[in-house]
Amino acid sequence: MNFPILSIITFLPFVAAVIMLMMPADRKTEIRGVALATAVIDLLLAGWMYLQYLLGDMNGYQFIETYNWLPALGISLKFGVDGMSAPLVLLTGIVMVTGVLISWGVYDEEHHISAGIQDRPREFFAFLFLLAGGVFGVFVSLDLFMLFFFYEIAVFPMYLLIAIWGWVKTREYAAMKLTLYLFIGSVVALVGALAMYWTQYTNTGVLSFDMLLMEKAGFSAAFQYAWFLPVFFGFAVLGGIWPFHNWSPDGHVAAPTAVSMFHAGVLMKLGAFAALRVGIMLLPEGAKQWAWLVMAFAGVAVVYGAFIAFVQTDLKYMIGFSSVSHMGLVVLGVSTLNHDGLVGAGVQMFSHGVMTALFFAVTGMIYDRSHTRQIPELGGMMKALPFAGVGFIIGGLVSMGMPGFSGFVAEFPIFMGVWGRQWLVAVIASISIIITAAYIMIAIRRVFFGPMPEKLEGHISPITALDKIAIFTLCSCMVIIGIFPAVMVPMVEKGVENILRLLGGA
Amino acid sequence: MDFLNTHLLILILFLPTIAALVMLFLPGGETKLIRWFAFCASLIPFGLTVYLWNNFDPNATGFQFQNTYPWYEALNSSLHLGVDGISLSMVLLTTLLTPLAILASFSVTDRVKAYMMLFLFLETGMLGVFMSLDLLIFFVFWEIGLVPMYFLINQWGSANKDYASLKFMIYTMGGSLGLLLAVQMLGVLFGTYDLVVLYERWNSLDAGSILLGMPVHTVKTIAFWAFTIAFAIKVPVWPFHTWLPDAHTEAPTAGSMLLAGVLLKLGAYGFLRIVLPFYPLEAKIFAGALAFLAVAAIVFGAFAAYGQTDFKRLVAYSSINHMGFVVLGIAAAGLAAGTADAHIAMNGAVLQMFNHGLSAAGMFFLVGVIYERTHTRNLEEFGGLFPLVPVYGGILIFMSMASLGLPGLNGFVSEFLVVRGAYPVLKVYTAISMIGLLFTGAYILKGIAKVLHGPENEHWAHGEHKLTEINTREIFVVVPLMVLILVIGIWPAWILEVINKAVVALF
Amino acid sequence: MFTPVMFASVLPEILILILAVILLCVEPFWKEDQRRNAGWLTAGGLFLIIIVSLLFGQPGEPIAVFGNMIRFDWLGFFFKILFMFAAAATALLLMDHEKAGQRGEAYLLLLASLLGMNLMAVSADLIMLYLAIETASIPLYVLSGFLLADDRSTEAGFKYLLFGTLASTIMLYGFSLIFGFAGTTNIYMLSQLFTSGDISVLLAFSVFALVIVGLGFKLAIVPFQFWAPDVYQGSPTPVAGFLSTASKAAGFAVVIRFFFVAFPSFAPSWTLIFAALAAITMTVGNLLAISQTNIKRLLAYSSIAHAGYALIGVVAFSQLGAASVVFYLAAYIATNLLAFGVVMAFSRITGLEEIQDYAGMSRRNPWLGLMMLAAFLSLAGMPPFGGFVSKVFVFAAGVQAGYTWLVVVGILNSIIGVYYYLNAMKFVYLYRMPNEDEENHPIPLTRPYAIALALLALGVILVGTVFAPWFSWSDAAALNLF
Repeated sequence: MNFPILSIITFLPFVAAVIMLMMPADRKTEIRGVALATAVIDLLLAGWMYLQYLLGDMNGYQFIETYNWLPALGISLKFGVDGMSAPLVLLTGIVMVTGVLISWGVYDEEHHISAGIQDRPREFFAFLFLLAGGVFGVFVSLDLFMLFFFYEIAVFPMYLLIAIWGWVKTREYAAMKLTLYLFIGSVVALVGALAMYWTQYTNTGVLSFDMLLMEKAGFSAAFQYAWFLPVFFGFAVLGGIWPFHNWSPDGHVAAPTAVSMFHAGVLMKLGAFAALRVGIMLLPEGAKQWAWLVMAFAGVAVVYGAFIAFVQTDLKYMIGFSSVSHMGLVVLGVSTLNHDGLVGAGVQMFSHGVMTALFFAVTGMIYDRSHTRQIPELGGMMKALPFAGVGFIIGGLVSMGMPGFSGFVAEFPIFMGVWGRQWLVAVIASISIIITAAYIMIAIRRVFFGPMPEKLEGHISPITALDKIAIFTLCSCMVIIGIFPAVMVPMVEKGVENILRLLGGA
Repeated sequence: MDFLNTHLLILILFLPTIAALVMLFLPGGETKLIRWFAFCASLIPFGLTVYLWNNFDPNATGFQFQNTYPWYEALNSSLHLGVDGISLSMVLLTTLLTPLAILASFSVTDRVKAYMMLFLFLETGMLGVFMSLDLLIFFVFWEIGLVPMYFLINQWGSANKDYASLKFMIYTMGGSLGLLLAVQMLGVLFGTYDLVVLYERWNSLDAGSILLGMPVHTVKTIAFWAFTIAFAIKVPVWPFHTWLPDAHTEAPTAGSMLLAGVLLKLGAYGFLRIVLPFYPLEAKIFAGALAFLAVAAIVFGAFAAYGQTDFKRLVAYSSINHMGFVVLGIAAAGLAAGTADAHIAMNGAVLQMFNHGLSAAGMFFLVGVIYERTHTRNLEEFGGLFPLVPVYGGILIFMSMASLGLPGLNGFVSEFLVVRGAYPVLKVYTAISMIGLLFTGAYILKGIAKVLHGPENEHWAHGEHKLTEINTREIFVVVPLMVLILVIGIWPAWILEVINKAVVALF
Repeated sequence: MFTPVMFASVLPEILILILAVILLCVEPFWKEDQRRNAGWLTAGGLFLIIIVSLLFGQPGEPIAVFGNMIRFDWLGFFFKILFMFAAAATALLLMDHEKAGQRGEAYLLLLASLLGMNLMAVSADLIMLYLAIETASIPLYVLSGFLLADDRSTEAGFKYLLFGTLASTIMLYGFSLIFGFAGTTNIYMLSQLFTSGDISVLLAFSVFALVIVGLGFKLAIVPFQFWAPDVYQGSPTPVAGFLSTASKAAGFAVVIRFFFVAFPSFAPSWTLIFAALAAITMTVGNLLAISQTNIKRLLAYSSIAHAGYALIGVVAFSQLGAASVVFYLAAYIATNLLAFGVVMAFSRITGLEEIQDYAGMSRRNPWLGLMMLAAFLSLAGMPPFGGFVSKVFVFAAGVQAGYTWLVVVGILNSIIGVYYYLNAMKFVYLYRMPNEDEENHPIPLTRPYAIALALLALGVILVGTVFAPWFSWSDAAALNLF
């Protein structure tokens, strides 16, 4: 047995959550310290794992760990990563560390600043880490049951995090809406998963939730046609797919900064990833049959999300809808079922995760200081918060798909993939690029340049060193991938090869 | 030296970026240090380009100094660099104008560090387009160039900068959208982006085959227009030109220099590098349409320039007018592909690109010089400045004459070549363009008259408004341009022989 | 003849009797303020019994003992363990109940009822079964009405008594019909006699209907649920917790044994009845729960709904189905007792039971907030708590048996559940007390609560994460049925 790195990555946040809950509530600094230390350790482990995978032969699933959990029903705790999930594990680590940094908190009576989490940080970090552990679990699980197990673990802390620490005006509504959407999606997918489980048993006599075995279960075409849609869309709800995207912008807006980062940065990937892993990889025939429908929905999401984002005046709503648009690109890439599209989708998941995390981090910093997110009420932030401003601009360029940044590396192959399927969709979806450029540019100009409104003068205190570290970390990810795609793409390509093999080389 | 020879292009390409990154660590308050650092840093690529020029073999066909570095292997795209005569002259133009533009912007005092960094990034972006032999890389640099330019206009521009910069961004991004889609289509069809490979494969396509569910010629037509519109917006060709006067007018002086001097060439270069080699047939079929647009640009550009009261706007419209000749040359070359006429027109077009780069940069600089002193660009407020600033006046007249196409200066050579090449194939259009040329004379003379001539201007002669003469630094900026203008005007052969070989190889 | 196996088969019951006798003897000597120690004695004794039973009382091959009155198998054994665990936790929770905790007879009644439930789980004969049911029920009638000074409690006790006796009378009539036609009261012999064809479907249906009325009352499934909210609300809270968990589970133990063993050949008809009942129960329970403002009534309706989920496993009529029901009940007992425990701990200090009174609770005692969170999330079916895994197993059994529609109904219902459980948690975590001075209103936990709640929470999490041992026990229990 090798060093069980994946279980450690996954269970460390849970352990940390329990430890934090055991600590006295008023030792806020120590609690934050534990959170940061755990997050950093997790990131280092994830980074080490990533490098090992990248520098190795990148073949198939690696770091596999298997523990028989319930042999009677074929449930095992089986962990492993491939080229698709390794970047996402790394992404989760990054978002976790930056999320903790951002939530560290500054309390400044003089400037009326209460940034980060001041109210009950113990519970906040504990719930956040439960969420993080769940997310890690989904990305590394090779067992369908465990995938659901961790998937649900990732869902419920969201409710508490948003409802308790969220934006007062909409938090209750948004948190409940989000939870119900996600829960509905996941249980619908669960029924499909159970159907797969029993059909596999009927077909092969194997009673197992192991997805590597299920790939070989020989589901009949009719079965796949019938179950693909519930399974795929059940998960894709979390990916924010149109027309089930409604929960997502509301959730973004209501959530506290770090949770928005997690939500957009990682959680939405969870949906897309699970839809890919369970929907496409286990039901390839169904995927082929329904790819046109998925593509149509994703195409609508891409364009519609961009247009709605364009008309928003609330910065967070704008980013929220832009996430719908960008996640639409992920699903669009997935729906092509070809090499280019899937590679692009894989990279876009990472790229978008880092990018929105950055967006929300900067938005949070601005909101904490100005107490408004209305774009027309802001201005001149570049002078007050130059570091954050540059970060936001880089994020904006990524969002626009500007070459030299990760967004381009991701979006270009997606569009190529779509060309390979249906050129019309590529043409229509490309409209979103212009719209995105327009709203991002307008937002940057209004928020960061121009004169600062009088009532904000003197209230905008500089961001902390921790904030800067977070921004720098996120930005460097996007630039490095943009300039050297080789640090991620070959890995994703290997993962895609595996998917294409299941699809029969289609 | 060996390393230098084998990695020449990539060094030229990325030295400005490296310099910009180094600059990040310079103290922001030391404006003098930053200015000189940026200037010196931009001289190195220029020096290397001169070295490149000397080592370039004008008689060899194909691309020279080719380098290939892995980049995006999943898409079979690599950083493939190489130059031929056409791109070499453009690289020279870029590396020449950048130091001059930086020198010209020594008067900028607001956030100098960021400003200079953006200029250096911009240089990399522009050079990348001229050097890349990979379609994806071409697109990458094409887009990257937009960002620094956007911020230069948006942050250091004049009053209406917000509107102008956004319009610039949206127009050019809109244009590059077509480019993006067309690039993707080619990539999907051929599985590679390497231009050298694509040249061969694309033209050997079986005309009867079906691509993406459409007949080949439909695909080709769509892609042709996608490319053409993208490049036409950048050139800009009438009627896609409306972003240009705004952007030029609002941009800071040095920004306008590079915008007119190099950025507009990107579009024309795209025509030469991609449209003509890929679509000889379509170029022939649609040459008439293209020529029509070119002539429209020439004539309307001239008319519009004549109607301006803003000096900078006048110069901006003159760019449309001059770039029209480039497009006319391209259209003629497309129509007459393979003949001597085509070669002549094409030589003229490329040379016109180079020449316009020199004269437009010079003109914008001179407008900037006077604007900095008077804070107005309104022609009505000038007049009678010659006695006050005789040196400046002389330079302005010289530049204007180059722009006008006075024989003996560079503009004449290239415009003559274009007209000579185009006339046999596009008689009517060429004849109409001559009317445009007439108006070119008119608006340039009007500009000179409004600024320099007339009775001595009392307003600018005394007191706080007293106009000062052009200073030494500014003369240093403009002299290299004047020298080149004169040299090309008298002895164009040194540059034409480099261009000619590439042009002949193209067809 | 008395054999060691016979001894082992009733070992827990013997020990419970001994415990009761000890309690009876000791209690009169204690002073008024010492009497709550009876709770320690009961709980400690029961945990000891659980350990002893696990060590010495494990069944081997199923065997009928005491003249075929009792079946000694894993089904009964696992249920007994569950009942004893529930009773021990209830005893702990009773200790600091202001009115009931000081009185030794409360614990005695609890033990008596436990004895009845244990026998319900193992009865292999209709007469034995009926006696066991009555033994379990009568002490509970008393316990519900235990607070004589409280009108609600008295009403609860009386209501429970009336409906309970009516229901068992009807069930008894069903039993007598069976005896009349089959000539035997042994459940294990019925299956041979009741092969389809020998008996008219109409008659079979009426038998089922009568028995289901009686058992449905125990399970509190719709339409026999109407007593539950009132009784739960009126009874002392720990007793309500016991009613909603152990008593319900005992009903399921009987349902499983009675229908699975005696009427396999009629499975298509009774599964259909149960499927309909399950669907109605889940839906009605959840829908009515939404509008509740009293926490105990909310839990009452939620426990009605949970009976519906568990019934899906019965409907599946398979080994996995039976195993999943047993597993479901194990998770449910721990979860629901935890929920009632939290309610008890809260209302002991505040005297309040409305959901809105829970505002700011997590600031008043963060641990209690977390316990409530664990309980409610488990009820909602979220991992890593027991509620998730157990629901998945039940649904898996349903899908396997082809009852996908029922599973879908269950899923829709669990979505409603998520809504109202989280809505309640909103008060605990999000809202604040009217004057925001939670620091001045702490909710201290006495030691019995701390132990009981910690134990139950640990149980909820253990069932939800390390589910293999419990499932293998459930599986062993189910194995004996086929």
